[in-house]
Amino acid sequence: MHAALVCAALPLFLGALLCDWAYARSHQVQWTNFASWLVAGGLIFVCLALLWGAVDVLRSSATRHRRGLIYLLLLLASFAGGVVNALVHARDGWAAMPTGFVLSAVVLVLAAAAGLLGLADLCRRTTT
Amino acid sequence: MTLSTRRIAAATAATAVLAAALTLVAQADSNSGQYGASPELPSPQRGLLPSMGIAVPTAWDDRRPTVPQGWTITAIATGLQIPRQTLALPNGDILVAEGKGKSAPVLTPKDFIAGIIKARGTTSVKGGDRLTLLRDADGDGIYEGRWVYAENLNAPYGLVLVGSRLYVANQDALVRFDYKDGDTRATAAPVTVTPLPSAINHHWTKALTADADGRFLYVGIGSNSNVGERGMAIEENRAMVWQVDSNTGASRPFATGLRNPTALAFEPGSGQLWAVVNERDELGPDLVPDYLTSVREGAFYGWPYAYWGSNVDTRVQPQDHRKVDAAVRPDYALQSHSAPLGLAFARAGGDGLFAEGAFVGLHGSWNREPPVGYKVIFVPFRNGHPSGPPVDFVTGFQADGKTMGRPVGVTVDPQGAVIVADDLSNTVWRATPAR
Repeated sequence: MHAALVCAALPLFLGALLCDWAYARSHQVQWTNFASWLVAGGLIFVCLALLWGAVDVLRSSATRHRRGLIYLLLLLASFAGGVVNALVHARDGWAAMPTGFVLSAVVLVLAAAAGLLGLADLCRRTTT
Repeated sequence: MTLSTRRIAAATAATAVLAAALTLVAQADSNSGQYGASPELPSPQRGLLPSMGIAVPTAWDDRRPTVPQGWTITAIATGLQIPRQTLALPNGDILVAEGKGKSAPVLTPKDFIAGIIKARGTTSVKGGDRLTLLRDADGDGIYEGRWVYAENLNAPYGLVLVGSRLYVANQDALVRFDYKDGDTRATAAPVTVTPLPSAINHHWTKALTADADGRFLYVGIGSNSNVGERGMAIEENRAMVWQVDSNTGASRPFATGLRNPTALAFEPGSGQLWAVVNERDELGPDLVPDYLTSVREGAFYGWPYAYWGSNVDTRVQPQDHRKVDAAVRPDYALQSHSAPLGLAFARAGGDGLFAEGAFVGLHGSWNREPPVGYKVIFVPFRNGHPSGPPVDFVTGFQADGKTMGRPVGVTVDPQGAVIVADDLSNTVWRATPAR
């Protein structure tokens, strides 16, 4: 189920990336404000998934363990990246750019990869 | 790898990420004592977090602020409700404006978190929204008389008396009372002279002074953001000094680009208007210097596009190169982040070290470690201009890493004593020279 939490974060991170892009194009500061909230919202889901996922993987059987660890590391990386991204977005105005835009893209990719791994694991477990 | 070593590995990875993030946090250097006409301006720096040092409030107990030799200081009123600015009336009574603007609405997660952090360094008392009058009828230095002169105001801040007209700058309007010598209570509700810009009101304080003949009033209006991050539309009529016709209430921008002009005063010798201004944050511990400057008609002082003359602030996009080129340099830098909130010139005819110049109340920094400000300084003047480095006047607001008080408004009373409002301990202090 924690895989679903990661997937819930994806549209928020995608939204943040689009807002960053819109800010870069338009220089309208409201876009970076939107991005700040979307990054923060995505972080909450990733954080919950990380906690739940950690408990799940550490309690799991040895065969599932390796894949689980990669999943956890991806989650951890997207969480850490998200925290840094949130702090970068807390800078005033253009000081968040272009770092914020790049980080939003990186975090989105990491979270998407974690989500895919998590979903694949979920499918495997429900079919066997 | 066993389960437990894997756990340790995961924990180590997490720690490494955090440690890497924290090393990016800006490092503050030592207190450099920036001041004067050409301060050193380091290049802008900003880590993942702004450098922060929030005051930890504590009681004065038996401590007292420190004053120069030959001066004494006493608390003439305690238990006030956020005293900010004071006004010495001609008969020696002291009027105290008490209040606090409502916080600007939360726009980003940062606003939410910063609001909680910064609130720790301020009083928990609710703003009084009133004027309190203090009187020492027998001249023994004890202000035994205390009345609420007016109440139900809206975060009153700037005060000035012109003849029988007492003007008060609320956070949303300039209002007027009729005052006569000896009054302890306003005789009628205030009359509105002119509304003042108050949408959002991030920097809510409205500074106020009047020229010698009282024809024009000058109102300091702070910006609605640190550096334009709420958009420039909401900055209309902000970050400037207004000139207001005292008879008609008509207003016009007198000088612009002043981020947060928190106190205004006329220099008695030259009749020139001066202001203290709080400059922008989050560019490093020694950037941007706050300043004391003469306010020249029509001049643009840079905010938000540039600082200290034509130094471009790249956080503002799109940039405006014409504005950058037009920006004038202020006269006298004060230490970055020291937060000057009070300004009063010494009365003509005094003698000694503090005879000619400006007393400046420094509320103290948040965006800096180690902290700066938290004292009242004196900037000596000669022939209407600053003539040397600032001298500490009232200090000792901090001890053992804790903060007992934070100076705001300063006023020189008819006896030459200096009145200091302290909005952390909710006290009004009076420093008197030895006779």
